[in-house]
Amino acid sequence: MTTRRNFIRISAIGAGALIAGAGSYKILKTLSKPEELNNLKLDLRRTATYCEVCFWKCAGWVYKTSEGKIWKIIGNDEDQNCNGRLCPRGTGGLGMYYDEERLKTPLIRVEERGKQVFRQATWDEALEVIAGKMKEISAKYGPESMALFSHGSGSAYYTTLFKAFGSGNIAEPSYAQCRGPRDDAFTLTFGEEVYSPEITDIRDTKCLVLIGSHIGENMHNGQVQEMSDAIDKGAVIITVDPRFSTAAGKSKYWLPIKPATDIALLLAWIHEIIYNEYYDKKYVEKYCTGFDKLREHVKDFTPEWAYGITTIKPDQIRSTAKEMSDAAPAVIVHPGRHVTWYGDDTQRLRAVAIINALLGSWGRRGGFYRPARFDLAPVKLPPFKAPSREWSDIFPGKYPLASLTVSNAIIDATVPENNPAYPVKGWLVNGTNLISTIPNTPNTLKAIQNLDLLVAIDTMPMEITGWADVILPECTYLERYDSLRTGPHRRPSIALRMPAAEPLYDTKPGYQIARELAVKLGLQAYFPFEKQEDLLDWQLKQAGSSLEEMQRLGVKNFDREADDLYFAENEEVEFYTDSKKIELFSPYLESLGFDPLPKYTQHPEPPEGYYRLIYGRAPMHTFSRTANNPNLTDLMDENSVWVNPKVAKEWGLINGQYIWLKNQDDVVTDFSVKVRVTERIRWDSVYIVHGFGHKQKQMTRCFGRGVSDTQMITKVLVDPIMGGTGMRSNFVTFVTEKAGEEVAS
Amino acid sequence: MRYAMAVDTRKCVGCSDCVVACQTENNVPIGYCRDWIVEVTDGTYPQLEMEIRSERCNQCVNAPCVRCCPTGASHFADGGIVLVTQTECIGCGACIASCPYDARYPHPDGYVDKCTFCIHRIKNGMKPACVDVCPTKCLYFGDLDDPNSDVSAVLRKRKYKTLIPEAGTKPQLYFLI
Repeated sequence: MTTRRNFIRISAIGAGALIAGAGSYKILKTLSKPEELNNLKLDLRRTATYCEVCFWKCAGWVYKTSEGKIWKIIGNDEDQNCNGRLCPRGTGGLGMYYDEERLKTPLIRVEERGKQVFRQATWDEALEVIAGKMKEISAKYGPESMALFSHGSGSAYYTTLFKAFGSGNIAEPSYAQCRGPRDDAFTLTFGEEVYSPEITDIRDTKCLVLIGSHIGENMHNGQVQEMSDAIDKGAVIITVDPRFSTAAGKSKYWLPIKPATDIALLLAWIHEIIYNEYYDKKYVEKYCTGFDKLREHVKDFTPEWAYGITTIKPDQIRSTAKEMSDAAPAVIVHPGRHVTWYGDDTQRLRAVAIINALLGSWGRRGGFYRPARFDLAPVKLPPFKAPSREWSDIFPGKYPLASLTVSNAIIDATVPENNPAYPVKGWLVNGTNLISTIPNTPNTLKAIQNLDLLVAIDTMPMEITGWADVILPECTYLERYDSLRTGPHRRPSIALRMPAAEPLYDTKPGYQIARELAVKLGLQAYFPFEKQEDLLDWQLKQAGSSLEEMQRLGVKNFDREADDLYFAENEEVEFYTDSKKIELFSPYLESLGFDPLPKYTQHPEPPEGYYRLIYGRAPMHTFSRTANNPNLTDLMDENSVWVNPKVAKEWGLINGQYIWLKNQDDVVTDFSVKVRVTERIRWDSVYIVHGFGHKQKQMTRCFGRGVSDTQMITKVLVDPIMGGTGMRSNFVTFVTEKAGEEVAS
Repeated sequence: MRYAMAVDTRKCVGCSDCVVACQTENNVPIGYCRDWIVEVTDGTYPQLEMEIRSERCNQCVNAPCVRCCPTGASHFADGGIVLVTQTECIGCGACIASCPYDARYPHPDGYVDKCTFCIHRIKNGMKPACVDVCPTKCLYFGDLDDPNSDVSAVLRKRKYKTLIPEAGTKPQLYFLI
């Protein structure tokens, strides 16, 4: 299978006229009377950044007072990701900098692992310990026995370090715990993933279909903005969700589906679209293969069939299928982002991809646009040693389609009883709190006890740091340079992050940490630039810009090379699949022994007295990482468990009461959680926002506030195609009394 | 000149960006706010409706807070914006009690604080911080006496309501429905 990406590449020098770049200090004019600003004296400096509070990476400006104190962060008007408007997390990002409970100095563990007794260390000492242990592990087991788990901007540096060290065990939980099934399903179908930011052309869509995707509660900035624009233009929104989400409240159709039955609904929609001839015949004929097999496959999947499974009435299924076809090709059946739900997620996302193909929305205005990105000149490095053993050799034959490393497979492989092909003895964990990110925490802790080395790099004393042998404190994104942002969008662009202030405490930027460790490992040749700003300046000069220019602009946009945001009429398009067509039927999946067309599988249902645990996002938090941010905690400092009023009545629960949750494996939440009695949730499910119930006492604003969904997720349905961890498979009940403990107040 | 704001309840997702942008712009201490989010759900599952509102001081024409202020700290500024002069405020709280919208709070420094429509920004040709930051662009601000202002234009086009009109305060915060 080809996975080549068809970005429109812009060559480095002289290409593409500059569009952006007014670049003048607007503030000079607009804030001409600083004395009126609520006693805040301003200086006129602002520094460029792009946000690190989530993966959307919106570009903005950091403003400071004349005392040099960081005052506020405002979106960059030229930035396509945010259009000058940051989301609450970006606006409140300064709380990461001001959080006085940050990690402040390198720490080395002195008592047994997990007891959390550390001593303060110098950087040199801490890095010496890490390098020594890494060399030891490499000599004893091979360099592949070191694994990296990473999230965020630092990933690039530690990835280089690990490749240079000789390990390919480089994992990001954002794959197997989040969007992996989506990207693999779309690659199977269209030969391309949907990227980040997603290439959904919501701005110009006439019909947006959201399946469990709660835009507006997930604050993926550009998408929220474009959904709002679409509402203004009268687009039809169809939301499929057992919960009356914010998006459902803005929808013409809300389909309150029985959880775990989405594939049945999708198959019925495909049936309706094919048998009513709603599909784009010309598009399907020109670009797709396998239509006849698909047509035959969905013959019996009528709306009546789906009604019995999904509880969605046949007329609702029919009218929504009609709405989609009326809007086509300006229709988006949204691929979602966090899609690891039931273990057949790649197949569900295949069904989503197929509907989009039938409606001809891929490559069309109001559907999915073709992304473009700026291609930076690569820095010349010595060749990487090919690891003698890859991560996929740990469990031979499993997850054949996994296009990226499966984090949970590495964690499983760290437990020797699981008989992995080779041992994993050291972890370097950067910016991801594995305790909260990976389901089945007891398994993660068991794995940790088998390690010879656990290094945690973070800005905050997250749970994972408590288990580390060495903790390295990174400075926040407001205190450092990072790699240039060149991610895909409608136009190619570059964005700069630069420090607005010197690092507080004894903290360092990720680039510097990785480089200093590389030096200790004798790998400095892979980090030829001592200072990251010199690297950035070199890269920018190759691109016809400079660090000085980017410090002024923050964001620089370029024209596309050609006017090809969408397919042209009758354009010959070569898709990056084996057949070079959109594969409705997947011979590749068939060759691996998987269903070549998506099928509905019934999933277990909650036992009597238990409710399916559904979790999601709140707009003012990013997973568990913002939980202690003073500005964002001020907006929301605990989660609550949403309970349908009928269920509440049955259990005698009242609004505001604190209870514990217990799951099917008798795991009870560490902390109690507030009941929110609301009609917005189905009677067979409960809902909580992810990222709360922190156990780390050093984070006083979030310690013991609310409960952790991850703690309740002990049953995981693994996707056999790519290793994703289906996490909507757990059932909870209510516990009103817990021996020896009082509810939170 | 009559400043007013309209909030599009059909677009607002209740993300609270207006709240945190106001807090940072105006140095509002953590734990306090000048604007906030209200969510109202009606009906029974699955027949439901939801309205989300970004709320703040209604900058009333007939403002009870100004009338009841014993020191004259609460007053009308240009364009009808209700302001508190910090140095004249004795923190008695009469205005807080009189406000039907609960839009004022006692600042820890001893005076009463509230939304100013970011008067320091509008004097410089900018919009209030909440309007400029809102990712859904659901906030419209401007001069009602100017037919071309954002707020005038949207109020001509859309149905709207005000909150607690029976209080007779003539609020200038409009909600598009």
